[in-house]
Amino acid sequence: MNDAIDFFLDNQPLTAQKGETIWAAAKRHGKVIPHLCHCDRPGYRPDGNCRVCMVEIEGERTLAPACKRFPTPGMKVNSESQRARQAREMVMELLLADQPDIARDEKSSLLAWAEAMNIRTRRFSRRIDGPAPDASHPAMAVNLDACIHCNLCIRACREVQVNQVMGMAGRGKETRVVFDLEDSMGDSTCVGCGECVQACPTGALMPDTLVDGETGQGARLSQSTVQSVCPYCGVGCQVDSHVKEGRIAWVDGAEGPSNQNRLCVKGRFGFDYIYSGDRLMLPLIRREDRPKSGIPTILPHASDWQDIFRPASWEEALNYAARGLKKIRDRDGGEALAGFGSAKCSNEEAYLFQKLVRTGFHTNNVDHCTRLCHASSVAALLENLGSGAVSAPFDAALDAEVILVVGANPTENHPVAATYFKQAARDGACLILADPRAHDLSVHADFRLQFTPGTDVALFNAIMHTIVAEELHDTEFIEQRTRGFDAFKKHLADYSPEKMAPVCGIDAEILKQVARTFARAKTAIIFWGMGVSQHTHGTDNSRCLISLSLLCGQIGRPGTGLHPLRGQNNVQGASDAGLIPMMYPDYAPVSDSAHQKRFEKFWKTRLSPTPGLTVVETVQAMDAGGIKGMYILGENPAMSDPDLTHARAALAKLEHLVVQDLFITETAWFADVILPSAAWPEKSGTVTNTNRQVQMGRPAVSPPDGCRQDWWCIQEIANRLGLNWNYTGPKAVFTEMAQTMPSLDHITWDRLNQEDSVTYPCPGPDQPGQAIVFAKTFPTPDGRAGFTPSVLTSPWELPDEEFPFVLTTGRQLEHWHTGAMTRRSRALDALEPGPTASLHPDTLKALGSGPGEKIQVTTRRGSIFLTARADTAVAPNMVFIPFAYVEAAANILTHPVLDPHGKIPEFKYCAAQVNPLSN
Amino acid sequence: MKPLRPFPKGRRPRSGDVEAIRTLIRDLPRDPSLLVEYLHCIQDAYGGLSRDHLCALAAVLELPMAQVYETASFYHHFDIYPRKTPQGRVTVRVCTSPSCTMAGGEQLLETLTAQSDPDKLRVVSAPCMGRCHRAPNAAVGQNYLEEAEVTDVLDAALNRHTSPRVPTHESLAEYLFARQGYQALERCRQGHCTVSGILDNLDAAGLRGLGGAGFPSNRKWEVVRSGKPPRYLCVNADEGEPGTFKDRHYLTSQPHQFLEGVLIAQWAVAADQVYIYLRDEYPECREILRKEIQLLEDRGIAPAGMLELRRGAGAYICGEESAMIESLEGKRGLPRQRPPFVAEVGLFGRPTLVHNVETLFWISDILRRGGQWFADHGDAEHKGLRSYSVSGRVKNPGVKLAPAGTTARELIETYCGGMAAGHTFAAYLPGGASGGILPADLGDLPLDFGSLDSHGCFVGSHAVVILSQDDDLPALARNLVAFFCHESCGQCTPCRVGCEKLLDLISAESWDLPLIQSLSQTMQDASICGLGQAAPNPVLSILRHFPQAVPAKERP
Repeated sequence: MNDAIDFFLDNQPLTAQKGETIWAAAKRHGKVIPHLCHCDRPGYRPDGNCRVCMVEIEGERTLAPACKRFPTPGMKVNSESQRARQAREMVMELLLADQPDIARDEKSSLLAWAEAMNIRTRRFSRRIDGPAPDASHPAMAVNLDACIHCNLCIRACREVQVNQVMGMAGRGKETRVVFDLEDSMGDSTCVGCGECVQACPTGALMPDTLVDGETGQGARLSQSTVQSVCPYCGVGCQVDSHVKEGRIAWVDGAEGPSNQNRLCVKGRFGFDYIYSGDRLMLPLIRREDRPKSGIPTILPHASDWQDIFRPASWEEALNYAARGLKKIRDRDGGEALAGFGSAKCSNEEAYLFQKLVRTGFHTNNVDHCTRLCHASSVAALLENLGSGAVSAPFDAALDAEVILVVGANPTENHPVAATYFKQAARDGACLILADPRAHDLSVHADFRLQFTPGTDVALFNAIMHTIVAEELHDTEFIEQRTRGFDAFKKHLADYSPEKMAPVCGIDAEILKQVARTFARAKTAIIFWGMGVSQHTHGTDNSRCLISLSLLCGQIGRPGTGLHPLRGQNNVQGASDAGLIPMMYPDYAPVSDSAHQKRFEKFWKTRLSPTPGLTVVETVQAMDAGGIKGMYILGENPAMSDPDLTHARAALAKLEHLVVQDLFITETAWFADVILPSAAWPEKSGTVTNTNRQVQMGRPAVSPPDGCRQDWWCIQEIANRLGLNWNYTGPKAVFTEMAQTMPSLDHITWDRLNQEDSVTYPCPGPDQPGQAIVFAKTFPTPDGRAGFTPSVLTSPWELPDEEFPFVLTTGRQLEHWHTGAMTRRSRALDALEPGPTASLHPDTLKALGSGPGEKIQVTTRRGSIFLTARADTAVAPNMVFIPFAYVEAAANILTHPVLDPHGKIPEFKYCAAQVNPLSN
Repeated sequence: MKPLRPFPKGRRPRSGDVEAIRTLIRDLPRDPSLLVEYLHCIQDAYGGLSRDHLCALAAVLELPMAQVYETASFYHHFDIYPRKTPQGRVTVRVCTSPSCTMAGGEQLLETLTAQSDPDKLRVVSAPCMGRCHRAPNAAVGQNYLEEAEVTDVLDAALNRHTSPRVPTHESLAEYLFARQGYQALERCRQGHCTVSGILDNLDAAGLRGLGGAGFPSNRKWEVVRSGKPPRYLCVNADEGEPGTFKDRHYLTSQPHQFLEGVLIAQWAVAADQVYIYLRDEYPECREILRKEIQLLEDRGIAPAGMLELRRGAGAYICGEESAMIESLEGKRGLPRQRPPFVAEVGLFGRPTLVHNVETLFWISDILRRGGQWFADHGDAEHKGLRSYSVSGRVKNPGVKLAPAGTTARELIETYCGGMAAGHTFAAYLPGGASGGILPADLGDLPLDFGSLDSHGCFVGSHAVVILSQDDDLPALARNLVAFFCHESCGQCTPCRVGCEKLLDLISAESWDLPLIQSLSQTMQDASICGLGQAAPNPVLSILRHFPQAVPAKERP
C-alpha cells in the first residue's frame, strides 16, 4: 500500500496504515497504550483530551497524544520513556484524585487502567464539591462525581447517535456534562439510547440496574457475554447480553453490520420483558364454561387468568391444541383452518410454521404481520423489480448525495438506521423528508415536505412530471434497464406541480426544486415506511417511489436504491421463509404449478394450489364462519388488526384457537389453549433484517421452567396432526430450509455461527454477500424493471362535518408493535406509561382542551379516551395515536378497508372526531 | 395511573420568548457561527441569559439546546439564570490581576462587596482589563474605570453609567491627509507592490508575531497564500495576557494604521473575509472600530461587509489562536491540537492567517519606510521595535515603544522615569502571567523572543510588570495560578485538574516540592496548549530564582 507509513515505536520499526494513528498502529501490533477518552469503536473520533496516552516524539518540545497523532515517515515515538510514563501516571493520579470513595463502576476502564498502571499514590486533595446524583431517568444512573470530562458521552450522543442532547458546559474546573440546558436527564430531550452509558469509561453514566440505589455503588460485572440480535425492529442490531447468575444483567451494542455497536432505548434497556411477572410459565386451557367475550381494558396480567383458564400439563395442552385443529380439518377441510406466524420468531420457526399449515392443515391460510406493515411495498417491488427486498442497506445513505425519506419516522421506529441518515445529513448529504408529520428527523432535513395526508401519489407524480418535463431523467438507464417508459411519460403529463400543489399542499416551486435536486444527484436513495404502505393506495405509493428511482437511474449503485424500512427483527426472513399465503419460501407463487410440484416433492405431500387468506381477510372469514380454527404464534391480532371491535368479535367466534406466546396477550384471552414459549433471548435461530442480513441469534439465558421452544411446540403439534417430524433443532430446520431457498445459497448455519451475519444474495461460501443488488439486471423475466403508473385515489374515509379530523396511527420510540413486550419492560413502561393522542397545540386550544387533558377520539368504528399531548410535529386537524395501548386501543378506531394489491389496511388515514372529555 | 407527559420530551420554547429572540437578532444573519453575537444581544438587552431565552434561541436557530448552552456557559461575560433574569441589577467587575492588586484592587473588591446590596449590584472579581498602567481597574457594565476608587464605582453604578467611554483618536481624515494613510494599500491594489516584494520586506524587517508567539510573519503569509481558497484572515484583538495593553493603546489612538495593515494582509493572502476578534473588555475599541470600518466602507477603501467585527465574551483562552477560531465559529473556546496548523486548517477548516493587532499595526509603516527601517531598531540579535506594556512599581507606567531586546532596567530607568516612590526594583514579570518571574539581578537581560529561555522564562506579549520589595512572591504565584485555573478551558486533564491541584499545593503552609515539580513537569509536557504549559511558570520561577521565598519548613 502506497499510503503506509514506516515509523519507530520504542525503537521497533512499525508500519501504520493510511489514516492510522500512533495508538491504532501500536494496537494492531499488539501494544495497547493506556487510553480513556479514546473509544476504539466505529464512529468515535479520537479527541486526545484525557492525556493518558501521551508518548514522546523525538524532536518535539512537548509530548503527544498517541490516540490523535498520526505518524510521519521515520518518526521516532517513545512510549516507554521516563518522561512519557511520568506524564501518563501523573495524569492518571490527577483523575483518580477526584473520584468518589464509592466506585460508580468497579469494572470501569478508569479503574482497570489505574490497576494496570499500578497507580497507588493519592497525593492530591480531593474536590469536595462534586455534583449531586441525577436519578431522574428510569434506565440510567447519572453520577457525575465520577466524570473525568473525557467527553466520550458527548461524542456518543452528538456524533455517533446524532441525538444532540448532551453537552460540555462551563469551563476550567467548572466544566461539566449537561443535558440540554443543564436539565436533569429525565427531563431532557434524551431518547434513552444509552450510547453514553456504553461509552463512559468511569461509571458516571451507568445502566441504573447495575447501581445500588442507596449507596450509588455500581459494577458492570458479568459471568458471560452472549452475542445475539435485538428482539425488536427490522434494523437487526446485534447485541451483547451480559449474563450474571443466569440472568441478563445489561445489554451493550455489538459490532453488527447494521448497528456498529449502536442501540436504541428498546434494544438496550427493553430486554427485561422476559423477567416480567406476567410471563406465562405453564400451559393453560380455557375453562369449559367460560365464554370468549371481551378482553380487559387494562394490560392483562398473568395473575388474572385463573378465572378463565386452568393450568394443564404440556402433554394435555398439546393434545388439546392439536385435537381441536384436527377435528376441524377432518370435519370441514383444511380451508377452515388458518395460522398466523410471527416476524418476531426465527427463520426456522417461520419455515416450520408455514410448513405445518401447508402440509398439516392442507391450506395456504398462513400469514403474519408483514401484511399490516409493508405488504403493499412488497407487492409493488415484486411487480416492478421482481424482488420484494431492499436493493441497498440503510447505511448506503452514507454514500448518497440525496436521501429521500418518505412516510417514515425512523428516529422513533428505526432509531439506529436513523443515526446513519442523521450522520449523512450532518456530513453534507441533502435530506428530503416527506411526511405529514414534522417529526424529529425534520431538524436534520434540507427539504421538509409536510404534505396533506393521503396525497403521496399527487406529490410524487408532480415531482416526476417535473423531472420528465425538464428532461432530467436518465435516458440511458431507462432505455437499457426498464420497460414501459413511454406510457409512463404520457401518464405523467397530467400531473404538473402547479396542478398538484393544491392537492398535496406543497408549493409547486418547492416540488420542482426537490425534483431537480433528486434528479441531478449523482447518487440518491429512497427510504420509506408505513406512511407510504398503510393506505388503500399503498401499492400505488410504492410504485411512485420505484418509478422515481428508475426514472433517474438511482438504483444498483453505491449510494442509490430503494429501501422500505421493515418493521420487525425478522420481517424480511419470515416473508422469505414463506409465511405468506400466496407464496412458498423464496416467493415461489403457490398458484404456479411448477413450484407447487417442486414443494410437493420436497415435502412429500399434496399441497393446495389456492392462495390463502391474508391477515385481515382471515379475520373477516372468521367472522363469516369460514375459518373455524386457528393457530397463532406470537401475533396479536386482537390489538394489531383494524376495527378491533369486529376483529375481537371474530376471534371470539372461533371454535378452536391455539395461541403460543410469552404472555396472555389480548389475543390469548380468546384462546382455547395457550402454550407458553421461550422468548427471543432464550432461543437459538436466525433472523433476517431489513438489510437482507441473515444473523445468528444465540440464547443468552435459559427459558423459565415450564416454557418451551417455539420450534419444539410447532413440531409437537405437527406430529399430533400426523406429520411425523423429527427435527433435532433449529440447525436441522435451517439446513432443510436452505435447500428450498436459493436466496440462502452459500449461507450455512455453521457459517452464520462463525460470522454472525451474512448478507444475501451471497455469491460463494467464502465471499461476502451483496449489499447492493440490481447492478446490471433485475430479477424479472426480461431482466428489466417496469414503470407502473399510479393515478390519484383519495383515502377511503375522508373527513366530513361530523368527523372532521384525520386520524393516523403508528408507533412510538419506547413501544413496539402491540406493546406486548415493551409495556412489560420496566424502563420502557416508565418512559411512556400510557396512551396519548398527539395534536397540534393550536388545534387543542381550538377544541377548548389543552396539553395533558383527557379527550375522547371517536370514529365510525368506536371511541377511546386518552390524554392529549400537544405536539407541533402534528399538522392542525390531525390526530396521531400510537397503537400499543390496550386501555385506549387505537385500532378500535381504524378502518379495515384494504389496498387491493397488498391487502394492507389503511391504518394511516380515517375520519375522526375529537372531543374534550368535559363535553 | 402514572402521569403522562403532556408534551414531547424536553423543554419547549414559549412562543413569546421565540418572538422576543427573533426581534432581538433580526439584524443578524442566521448562522450558527454567530452564536456568541446572538448571546451578546440577549445579555445586553436583559442583563443576563435566562434558560427560557436560551431555549427560544436554540429553537430560532434550529440548534441543539446543548450546543447553545455549552457556548453560553463557557464565557464569563454571559450570566445564565435558571428562570428570569433579575431586573435592573448592575454587574461590577474588579480587576484582581497583579498590577491592579498592587494598586489596591483586592481592597476595592472587598469594600465594594461589603458596601453594596447584592440584589442591585453584583460585584465580581475579574481578570486583567488591559489598563494596567492606570490601576486599579473596575468595570461598571461596559464603563471601564481607571484608577478606580470606591466612590467612582458606586457613583457610576448608581447612575447607570454603564456605557463605554470612547477616547479621541486619530481620525480617518487625519490619517489620510496628514500621514498618507492607506497609500501603501493603494499601491498594493494598483499593482505597484508585489506580494513577494512585501514578503521580502517583512522578512527584512524581521517582523514577528507580536501577540506573544513571535513566529516570523512572512512565513505565515506564504503558507496561507499557498492554501486553496476560501481563505480567511483573523485578527486577534483578544489581548488578555495580564499586564498587556499595547493593542488597546494602538486601537484607541491610531486605529487606521492598524486597519490599513489588516487590509494589506487581506490583499496579500487574498483572504475572502476578515474577522476582527476583539475582547469584550475593550468596548471603546469596539465603538471606534465599528465607526471607522463604516467610514472605510463608505469611502470604498474596504469592501462592504468584508471586515467583520466580532466580540469576545470574557475568556482569556480565546487569545490562543485556535481557541479564537473556535469562538469565531460560535463554539466554546477550546484550543485545537496541532498538527494541523491553522494556517492550513483554520477557520471553518480553511487556510487562515491569524495576526495580532500590533503585528498588523506595523505593516503599513514597514511598506512605507522599508523593512530595513524596522529592523534597524535594536541590534543584530534583537531586531525591530517592540511595544512594551510596563506596569507595576514604576513611576510612569504605560506602553513604551523601544527597540527589541530592551532590558527591564532600561525600561524602568529610561522609559518609566525610575521606580515609584518608596519602591526598590526586586523582581519582574517579563511576559505577563505566563512568562515566569525574574529577580532584579537578572534585570539586564535583553527582553526578546527566545532570550529568556535559559532562565525558564519568556517575553511573550512583552508585558513587563515591575515588582518591588513590598511584593509577596508566593502570593503573586497564587494570584497567577488562580488566574490560570479560572481561565483554563477545561479540555485536558493536566491543565483542568492540574491548575486546581497546583493552586492547592502552593496554598499550603509548606510547599510539597517534589510533587509540585512533578505536577508542573506533566502540565508543561502534556497540556494541549500554552495555557496549561505555562501555568506552573510562576511557581517554577520562584523555586528557581527565589528559593528563599518558598514557604517551606525547610528551605530547598
